[in-house]
Parts: sequence; structure tokens; C-alpha cells
Amino acid sequence: MSARPLAPAAILRDAGLSALVAFGLFVALIGLRLVPTDNGLALEQRWRALLAIVGAVFVGRLLMLGWRAWRPAGAPTPRVLAESIRRSARWVAPLFLLLALALPLFAGRYVIDVGILVLTYVMLGWGLNIVVGLAGLLDLGYVAFYAVGAYSYALFSTTFHFGFWTTLPVAGLLAGLWGVLLGFPVLRLRGDYLAIVTLAFGEIIRVVLINWTSFTGGPNGVSDIPRPTLFGLKFNGSGDPDTFAAFFGVDYSITQRFVFLYYVILGLALLTNWVSLRLRRLPLGRAWEALREDEIACRALGINVTVTKLTAFAIGATFGGFAGAFFATRQGFVSPESFTFIESALVLAIVVLGGLGSQLGVALAALVMIGGTELFRDFAEYRMLVFGIALVVMMVLRPRGLVSGRVPSVSLGKPKEIAADLVAQGRG
Amino acid sequence: MTALLRLHGVTAFYGAIQALKGVDLEVNQGEIVTLIGSNGAGKSTLMMTICGNPRARSGEIHYDGSDITQLPTFEIMRRGLAQSPEGRRIFPRMSVHENLLMGAYGRAPGEAAEDMERIFALFPRLKERLAQRGGTLSGGEQQMLAIGRALMSRPRLLLLDEPSLGLAPLVVRQIFGAIRELNRATGLTVLLVEQNAFQALRLAHRGYVLVNGAITMAGTGPALLARPEIRAAYLEGAH
Repeated sequence: MSARPLAPAAILRDAGLSALVAFGLFVALIGLRLVPTDNGLALEQRWRALLAIVGAVFVGRLLMLGWRAWRPAGAPTPRVLAESIRRSARWVAPLFLLLALALPLFAGRYVIDVGILVLTYVMLGWGLNIVVGLAGLLDLGYVAFYAVGAYSYALFSTTFHFGFWTTLPVAGLLAGLWGVLLGFPVLRLRGDYLAIVTLAFGEIIRVVLINWTSFTGGPNGVSDIPRPTLFGLKFNGSGDPDTFAAFFGVDYSITQRFVFLYYVILGLALLTNWVSLRLRRLPLGRAWEALREDEIACRALGINVTVTKLTAFAIGATFGGFAGAFFATRQGFVSPESFTFIESALVLAIVVLGGLGSQLGVALAALVMIGGTELFRDFAEYRMLVFGIALVVMMVLRPRGLVSGRVPSVSLGKPKEIAADLVAQGRG
Repeated sequence: MTALLRLHGVTAFYGAIQALKGVDLEVNQGEIVTLIGSNGAGKSTLMMTICGNPRARSGEIHYDGSDITQLPTFEIMRRGLAQSPEGRRIFPRMSVHENLLMGAYGRAPGEAAEDMERIFALFPRLKERLAQRGGTLSGGEQQMLAIGRALMSRPRLLLLDEPSLGLAPLVVRQIFGAIRELNRATGLTVLLVEQNAFQALRLAHRGYVLVNGAITMAGTGPALLARPEIRAAYLEGAH
């Protein structure tokens, strides 16, 4: 955003050009419409709508450039705003944590349910952040591990009647194993090529889930997945002594189960966060970051690149597996439909928007993207439109993500953050 | 004297192109040996082949009495070789401190702190820049960092690939001075690849000349410096 302010004439010309481009784009899209009539299709002309949108683009561009040219001194630029967000991170993170911990005390069932959803994506974002943000391996098939975790719990619990807490590590382990399996063939690949293979891997898992009917139930999925228990106490209204309500002598309410699920996912997400933060300070985590920076230098330093990459895949996948197991127990039902590419894209968008490698940024991005989508539920038709516009605006104003600085993992004395504009953009 | 590093008939290929055509080379314990040659002679390839990337197609590479020709790169580097690669290749977004720690990968943190102090004694500038991002250092500082990072693994043999690349003469002298000091004080063995033949031959005990992937001349530093064909090919125009 370092464009020089333009002269009034140039601004007018620029806005005019933008309007012209908008006209070209929308003349057929909006200006013309086919309507079915009794005798075939008729062409409806909607010049007024077209004029409105072209006018909006013209005025919008005019205002944007005008603001840049005659911005009142002292008005915050996006960079200054971001700077203050960054500086306030010290108290914002604990504040969010407190808020997250206290949420079930004052929120209703709907808000808690949204909270569970948001936290699931926060956890997925943090898990993917290990692979994409730290190790710099662009993974477009992260949903595959989510699916492996979800189906692991679903099948173990419905076939062998394993409980949630016993299956959780198994689900993570299996997902981690698949992470290694994916890791092996793609060790030599980087960037775009890696992205393509991981994308394909995500699709393979989904297609197998659909077609291996005898094992996974195919498109019908797996239903009647048991709900998690609190030390063996179930959450239902049967009044049995082994239910939460009966044991504690309180009246049963369905909210209890939601609150419990909420705290489970909050705990799992915080575990993911804690592990990532710890790993970053260990030699392994630093090796991931070094690998992202320069693979050849890593080899020259005697780092086993193979093992380092595989651990990143495995650990990232493990957390995806945990989240998947949680997803299965929350929904009580899994089917391949939940594990489409758009889920991978959404999680990746959260990581990129939040700022690669930034824990707080990822959490904020998940809150905005998932919570925001929930908020716009009433305008369901326009959700994707708003989502798309938000992504474009974000990437124009903050191309390196919401929180894009990088704090060194070791320091003598006070850690210094590396300014956002020194962090290379768009590297993955 | 026993050779710490011995190459015998080493060939290496990039695809169908033969980059090394049977190289014989020895580096003895405690020596500074330089390998000079023009652009594309295969100097860096030779350096990388010693590290197992690309692997030698034929021939043998012995280090400290054992055959390392077929070992994976990280295994070779763990045996006491360290490389400061061509173009420095420091980690630009990581701090100087983190860069140095990467050199001590796989070693106890206590030892790393000790080594870092020795590197600061050698390059005091790195201590001043400790919290700074690697990519914001000047070229000379980056070269110091690359050498310092390589030294963090406490190598017995240091491989230096074109440390003078793109640096001002004063900085080059400073870096070469540090290499000489390291060699004299700690007995560190150094294999130095250079285009800056004059400076390199003055620093080194012995030198090899690589032309089109084969060694054409070998001898002590002063002897090579005195030869007219060396003067003609590598030193004319250079100071």
C-alpha cells in the first residue's frame, strides 16, 4: 500500500477505467438475463442493475483513491492498525482464552454450538499451521487426516464399542501414520507440485470412503456413533445412575452435553497450541523453520531432511486426526460429504489469513471465518459472496495475514519481533 | 602425514553432463587446501559431491580412514565435516542466534552455548547482530554467519565454498584472516574453493587447479602462485 497519491485528474481517469472494466465484466452477467416464458426463453435486459453496479465501482474507486490522496494526517493506515493489533497480542491472547473459558457460563446453547465449531477449526488451523506455517509444506489435502480421525473413531466405536477417550489416541496415531504415508512419496516435492499431490491425496481418501461400502458404509456413512463420556458418565436424560445428571443430582438438560463438548474441544485445541509452541522452541521445530527457508542449507548442516519433513507431516496429521475423532463424536454421524476439498481450502484459508506461523492470527481468522459465516446464516445466498470479498480485501490490505510478524524462537533478553514487511509473502 | 580427506577417481554427473572427470585430491590433517578454477570448472560440484549430493558416480571418497562415498548427506555431516555452502545460504527470516543454533543441530544445548562464545570471539560482529534477522545482514556479515554456523558443529574439516563471493576486498581480507587464525589456533583443516585465486593461494598451504572437471595442477600455494600459466589464467587483471 505504498502507492503514491494521485492527482484529481488521474483519480478520475483511474475510476473511469475501473468502471469500464466493471462494465465489461458485468454487461452479460448482470445486464442480461434469460427468463423462461410460455414460448421458450426470453432475454430480459437489466440495464438499471448494471448501471448501479458500474456506478458503485466508480464511486468506490473514487473514494478509495481520494482517501489515499487526501487522508487526514494521523488517520490510521492498515499497517499502523496491524501494528497495534500486533503489539496488543500480549493481552489479547489471554483475554481470548479467558473469554473462551468463560463462554459456557453466560452463553446459550446456540452460541456454545457455534463456539464448538469455531474451536474445531481453530484446532485444525493450528494443526495445519505446523505443516504449512512452520515447515513450509503446502498441504491442500489436510482434510484427509481429519477424515481418517473421524472414521477411526466412528468405526472403532461402532464395531468394537471402544470409548471416545480410548480411541482418541488411536485416531491420532492412525492419522499420523497416514501423514507419514503421504509424506514419503512427496519428500522430493515442494511448492506447487507438493500442493497438487496433497490435493489428490485428500480426494483419494474421500473417494475410497465413498466406494469402500463394506468397510465405511459408503455414501451412507457411519451413524449412531457414541457420544463422549465424562469419566464414564453419559450425557442423556435416561436418569440412569451412570449419567451425568443423575450422578451429580442435577436436572438433565441438553446444554450440559454441549458445554462438555465445548470444553473437550477447547482442551484439545489448547493442547495443539501448547505442543506447537513447545516444538517451535525445540531443535526439531527450528529445523522445520529452517527447512522452510532453505532446504539445501539444511542438508549442508547435517539435518536429516527426510525425517524432519515426515515428523512435520505426522504431527500435523495427528492433530487433524484428533479433531476428526472429536468431529465424529460431536456429530454422532460421519459421511464422506463432510470431507470435501472445500474443507481443506477453508482450513488453509484460515492459516493463510491468520498469518503463516502465527498462533493468535490463526485463532482470530477461524473466529472471523467460521463465526462470521454463522453470523451471515440469514443471508445464506450472499455468504460466499461476503466470504470472497473478505478474502480479497484481506489479501490486498494484509497480504501476509492478520498477525504476520515472526518472533524468534530463542533470544537473549527481550524477544524482538521481525516486522511483517520483512517476512516474505506468499511463500508456502 | 595421513590424509583426513582423500578423493580417488571421483566422477559426478548432472543428468547426462559429466561435471567431474576422475578427481584425485587429498587434504591432510591441519592443512588449508584450496581448489581454484574458473566458472563452471566443477569446484562447487566437487564440494557437494564430498557431501554426497550429488553422489559420486564412480571413485571413492575417504574421510578419516572410512569410505563415505555412499553415505547419506546427513550421515557425512555428522562425522565432523561442515560446509559453508556457495552463496552462504543462511536462513533469511531466522535470527542470527537461530541460524547459529541450526549449525549445532543434534548436539547438547550446553555445548552449543560454549561454541557460540568461540564464534563471537572470532566474529564479534555476529554478537552485535544476534537478535537481527539473517536476511538483513550485510554480505560480509552473512558470510561470517555462514562460517560461524558451520563451525557450530565443531567440525574437523571445514568446507568453504567461495567465501569471498561478492564481498569488498577489505571484508575478504577479514574473512580470510579469520580462516587463517582458526587454522593456526585450533588446527582446523580447511578445504577452500575459490575463484579469487590470488588470495586463496596466499592463504593455503597447498592448492589444486580444476579445469573442466579434472585436476590439472597441484602444488604448494607459493609454487602455484609462481607458475606463469596460473598467472595468465587466473591472476591477470586481478590485483
